[in-house]
Amino acid sequence: MSELLSMGGEGAYVWPAYGITLAVIIFNVWAARRKLANALNDARRSTAAEQPRSQPKVRQLQ
Amino acid sequence: MKRAFLAILQRDLQIAFRRVSEIANPLLFFIIVASLFPLAVSPDPEHLRSIGSGVLWVVALLSSLLALEGLFRADAEDGSLEQLMLSPVPLGVAVLAKVSAHWLVTIVPLVVLTPALALSFSLPVGVLPVMAFALLLATPTLSVLVALGAALTLSLRRGGAIVGLLVLPLTAPLLIFGTRAIDLALYGESAVAPLYLLAALAALAVSLGPVAIAAALRVGVE
Amino acid sequence: MKLPRWFHLFGSPPFVYRLAGTLTPWLGIVACTLLIVGAYMGLAVVPPDAVQGEVYRILYIHPQTAYVSMMAYVVMAITAGIGYIWRIKLAHAVAVSAAPIGASFTFAALVSGSLWGRPTWGTYWEWGDPRIMFETLLLFLFLSYLALRAAFEDRDKADRVSAILAVVGVVNVPIIHYSVLWWNTLHQGPTISKLGSPSMATEFLIPFLIMVAGFTFCFYWLLLSRLKAEIVERERDTRWLQDALQGGRS
Repeated sequence: MSELLSMGGEGAYVWPAYGITLAVIIFNVWAARRKLANALNDARRSTAAEQPRSQPKVRQLQ
Repeated sequence: MKRAFLAILQRDLQIAFRRVSEIANPLLFFIIVASLFPLAVSPDPEHLRSIGSGVLWVVALLSSLLALEGLFRADAEDGSLEQLMLSPVPLGVAVLAKVSAHWLVTIVPLVVLTPALALSFSLPVGVLPVMAFALLLATPTLSVLVALGAALTLSLRRGGAIVGLLVLPLTAPLLIFGTRAIDLALYGESAVAPLYLLAALAALAVSLGPVAIAAALRVGVE
Repeated sequence: MKLPRWFHLFGSPPFVYRLAGTLTPWLGIVACTLLIVGAYMGLAVVPPDAVQGEVYRILYIHPQTAYVSMMAYVVMAITAGIGYIWRIKLAHAVAVSAAPIGASFTFAALVSGSLWGRPTWGTYWEWGDPRIMFETLLLFLFLSYLALRAAFEDRDKADRVSAILAVVGVVNVPIIHYSVLWWNTLHQGPTISKLGSPSMATEFLIPFLIMVAGFTFCFYWLLLSRLKAEIVERERDTRWLQDALQGGRS
C-alpha cells in the first residue's frame, strides 16, 4: 500500500494530480446541486409572495 | 457603398485631428511604458535585446487598447451611432470605416515609432524592417479586436475596465506569430512564414470582424 | 422555415428540464463507473513506463481533462451561436452552464500537466510551450465570457453579447491549435490520430480510452445537472414551473 502511495517518490506528483481532478469534479457536482436548491427556493418564495396571506387569528376577548 | 465608406472615413479622420490629444496620448503611453522596462529590469544591452521585441509587442497591444477603447462611446452618446444604424449604409461598412480611421491616426504613428524604440532596446538594425512589417500586418487585426471589445461593452457604464480582459486573450495568436517573426529575423532566418500567417489573420479579421462588431453594436444600442 | 418537431421540443424548457432530470442519474452512474475503473487500472494495474516511470500515470487524466475543456468551449460557442441566431433562450442556458465546468476542467488540465512536467522535464511551467499557452488561453477565454456576462444586469443582453464573444473566441481555437504543428518544444506529437495507428501499446491504451469515455460522460453529466438549475432560475415566474412546484415535484 505504501508503495502505491509513494510510487518510488513520484507519488508526490501523481496523487495530487488525480486528487485535484477529482476535487474539480466534486466541486462541479456540489455547485450544480447548490444552484438548483437556491433556484427552487427562490421560485417557491416567489409563488408564496403572490398567494394571499391567511386570515390573521382574532384573539377571543375573555 | 465605397462612397459611404470614404465619407465616414473622412469624417472620423477630421474629428480625430480636431482632438489631437486623443492621437498623442496612446503614442506617449507607448513611449513612456516602453522606456520603463530598462529602468525596471536592467539597462544591460544583452538583457534588453532578449526582452525587447516582446516588450514592444505587449506595449503596442496595450496602447491600442487605450486608443480604441472609447471608439464608439462618443457616437453612442450623441445619438449619431443610431443614425448610422438607421441609414442605408450597411453597419459593417461603417464600422470598417471607423476602425480604419482610428488605425490610420493612432496605430500607424505607433508602428512608425517602433523602429526607434527597437534601437533603444539594442535590437540589431537588420531586425527592424521585419518588426515594422509584422506590426503593420498585425495591427489591423488588433484594431478590429479592440473595436469588438469596445462594441461589446458599449452599454456598460464601466465598460472600459473589462475590455482588456475580453480582448487580450483573443490577441494571443498575433503575439505568437509576431514574436516568432522577430525571433527568426534575429537568428538571420527568413521570417516569411509567420508574416504570411499575420497577413492571413488580418484578412480574416478585416473581412469578418466588422460583422461581429456590428452585431455587438446593435445589442449595445437598443 | 418549417422546423421539425424535435427542434421545438428541444427549445421547450419544461421538456428539457424533465429530460435532464431523467438522464442525469444514468450519466452520473456511467461516468463514475468508467472513471473509477479507468483510474484503478491506470494507478494500480498498468506497469510503470520504461522511460517515465510512475509519473506517466497522469496520462490517464491530463489529456482527457484538456480534451474535455476544449469540447466544453466548442459546446459553449455552438449553443451560444444557436441561441443568438434563432433566439432560443434554452441554447443560451446550455452555453452558460458549460462555461464554469469548462473553466474548471481547464484548470485541472493545467495543474495535472504542470505536475507531470516537473519530474519529467524539470519544470512546473514552460511559457514557450504551445499547448500550455493554448490551455491558459482557453482558461482566459472562459473567464472573459463569464466576466462579460456578469457585467450585464439584463440577462437577455448578457446572453447575446457573450454569444458574440464566444463565437469570435471559437475561431481562435483552431488557429492556436495549429501552432502546435509548427512549434516543437516540450510536447510530443499527437499520440492518437484518426488516420494513423495509435503509438501506444494496448495495455496502456485501454485505460486511456476508458478515461476518455469517462470524462466525456462526466462532462455531460455535470452539464445537464447545471442546466437544470439554470432553467429553474430563468423560468422562475413561469406557469409550468409554478405548477410543478405546487404539485410537489422538484
